Amino acid sequence: MQQPLVLMEGIEKSFPGVQALRDGRFELRPGEVHALCGENGAGKSTLMKILAGIYPKDAGRILLQGKEASLPNPRAAMRQGISIVHQELNLMPHLTVAQNIFIGREPRRAGIFLDEPALNARAQALFERTNIRLDPRVRVGELTIARQQMVEIAKALSFNTRVLIMDEPTAALTETEIADLFALIRQLRAAGTGIVHISHRLEELQQIADRVTVMRDGQYVDTLPIREATLQRIITMMVGRTIFETRPELPEGGAGEPLLEARGISRGRQLHNLSFTLRRGEILGIAGLIGAGRTELARAVFGADSVDSGTILIHGKPAQIRSPNDAVRQGIGYLSEDRKHFGLALGLDVETNLALAAYGRFMGPLGTVRNGAIRSNGERHVRDLAIKTPNLAQRVRFLSGGNQQKVVIGKWLTADTEILIFDEPTRGIDVGAKAEIYKLMNELAQSGKGIIMISSELPEILRMSHRILVMCEGRITGELRSDEATQERIMALATQREAVI
Amino acid sequence: MKALTSSRGLTFLPANAIQQVLAFGALIGLVIVFSLASPNFLQFNNMVGILLSTAVNGVLALGVTFVIITGGIDLSIGTVMSFAAVMAGVSITYWGLPVAVGVLVGLLAGGLAGCVNGLVIAKLRIPPFIATLGMLNVAKGLALVISGLKPVYFNDTPSFNQIAMGSVLGAVISGFEIPNAVLLLFVAAIVASLILNRTVLGRYTFAIGSNEEAARLSGVDVDRWKIAVYTLTGLFSGLAGVLIASRLNSAQPALGQGYELDAIAAAVIGGTSLSGGEGSIVGTIIGAFIISVLTNGLRIMSVPQEWQTVITGVIVVVAVYLDLVRRRK
Repeated sequence: MQQPLVLMEGIEKSFPGVQALRDGRFELRPGEVHALCGENGAGKSTLMKILAGIYPKDAGRILLQGKEASLPNPRAAMRQGISIVHQELNLMPHLTVAQNIFIGREPRRAGIFLDEPALNARAQALFERTNIRLDPRVRVGELTIARQQMVEIAKALSFNTRVLIMDEPTAALTETEIADLFALIRQLRAAGTGIVHISHRLEELQQIADRVTVMRDGQYVDTLPIREATLQRIITMMVGRTIFETRPELPEGGAGEPLLEARGISRGRQLHNLSFTLRRGEILGIAGLIGAGRTELARAVFGADSVDSGTILIHGKPAQIRSPNDAVRQGIGYLSEDRKHFGLALGLDVETNLALAAYGRFMGPLGTVRNGAIRSNGERHVRDLAIKTPNLAQRVRFLSGGNQQKVVIGKWLTADTEILIFDEPTRGIDVGAKAEIYKLMNELAQSGKGIIMISSELPEILRMSHRILVMCEGRITGELRSDEATQERIMALATQREAVI
Repeated sequence: MKALTSSRGLTFLPANAIQQVLAFGALIGLVIVFSLASPNFLQFNNMVGILLSTAVNGVLALGVTFVIITGGIDLSIGTVMSFAAVMAGVSITYWGLPVAVGVLVGLLAGGLAGCVNGLVIAKLRIPPFIATLGMLNVAKGLALVISGLKPVYFNDTPSFNQIAMGSVLGAVISGFEIPNAVLLLFVAAIVASLILNRTVLGRYTFAIGSNEEAARLSGVDVDRWKIAVYTLTGLFSGLAGVLIASRLNSAQPALGQGYELDAIAAAVIGGTSLSGGEGSIVGTIIGAFIISVLTNGLRIMSVPQEWQTVITGVIVVVAVYLDLVRRRK
């Protein structure tokens, strides 16, 4: 038996409010592609960031080729041959490809001067060795996301990498780009590199992976050789039993009158002629890959970004929505994917946050604030939404992610919002709290609200939506009813790019 | 993702080249307008006056360009300049040290103040705006304390005045009496340009401004390089302090405040982005000249001082607005 390149055991890690890893385990052998699967929030990325020296571990041990390793920072990890390609690209858009790849390791003359020709030559040599087609001298900000991804991979390869971690490398790539990437991965595997492949696209694992490790709720579940890992088996391991519990949660009805109609919304290169209808009592899911324009669409409908053309009808009447203020007045609420930045005033207390979107209503004569009304509004929503908080004066900063999300929902309910746009409603929320958010969304729909739900988690989309719109590159490429939607059909539509002429 | 300009693949052509071309066009336009408006504008003496008045602000602007490219700011450069001037003055006039040593003391005083800024920002994680606002007052107070609230004159050391006001060029080419201060500005600009474009420090200045987290994750010691960048900015303020003291033949402890805004304005007009990652030395020099030409031209046209200030303010806002409009496309 070959000694493993990497052995991680009993890894624990918590962040304020969330225990991200309880018992993280992982083993990587030389010359294998090891897939790491799990739902969002299962702890895959956290485990790999610990291996890459980005987060310190709270407990557990990491062995590299049998020896206990210390990985205090990314530099130390890279020196020991561990590189990571990040999910969210970590590049400097103002620097060139070569400058990005060799940042921190530039060839120098006389100790301080940069040797730019040597830098570019080194990058060129790297590209030829690895069959990556990139111009070293182009600024990274001018490249497409897919090309930027290639820069990240090239950067990881430029170290003497024995362990290459790829966090969702194919999420934003086209079919040909994925084929190129896999060819590269096979080449590296043949050379003895151990590759960790984190992916949500389970069907591609059969093509590339040798073994699969599944995680759930911050815990190791099992490791299987790929021939035993059928799609169904992986999914069952990923979701545990919850998939059967949540299926019946699918809301009924959804054929009320139109609340919101968007017609021909276009904005620059982000949105192309988008039209859809949201009906009373339904949850309309919007699926798509990163960069498909889902958030941009939400922001356009909400008036946060201007549009070039298109009209929006509310209750069948044309509505002028030029700013979020207009949207709120028309009864639209937007729950940003980034609650902490855009949804909440973190330093203020629960009751103030709940009143924030309708402050006018809590205003007395001469602009005084009616604290009593704010208090009773707060009490009502904390009770109705089951927000777990010691008291109404607790600062929102100290609530858990799920309860913060409930405060945002309560805020829009206070403002009598009929149309709610949820952007990644359960991002960064514990599994237990997720179920509560789903339940709440179902209740809201049943009470006659219209809900648009943007989500990158396909299980969430499939579980929650009456109808699903799929977007790709700023276009709506398809609409599916909940009973005809599958992960595969959604993915097919989400990658249906328009032929480039 | 930020929209970027269309200059493809040409690393020697900075991405803010368009802003530079616009700024240079504006500078030429101003010169043409003022020369038509007043026959005195294009006189040799007036031109020398413009160059001379650009020297101090230009050197400060060169320094502050570095911190702005990192996405930071330095509000203390003006008062650090007078602190450095006072330190040079006290060393030479009160302690009787040689002029060369006094100059060195001035430069190091600036560098030290910049280093403290960098330490406070990088290690204590105080935002640059606050940290350097603190240093603005510290340096102002120290300059007053050390000087005993009064100017320090260099009457016993005439060679000190020659640093800025002598003319090496005039000695070589007769009639070409351009003061050394101008020469020093251009030397400083060349050095700054080399540092920014050809050294590791310059590369990390851009890297930190472009995506600090990415630089950190790539193993760049961001804290250390930030301290280095603020120290460099301090050294430029020290040089500006020596220049202004030499030009006035005295170190004026209460003079510096307000200079920082003109310097920041020069950098911004020249296309340095306050959000970091973009900027150039050529742009900053053009920006500094735009401000000088404007001030000088308006004075020649007898526009009152207070209106000159108003116009400078409007120009800065317009320049930044044009830059924003350009980026949005």
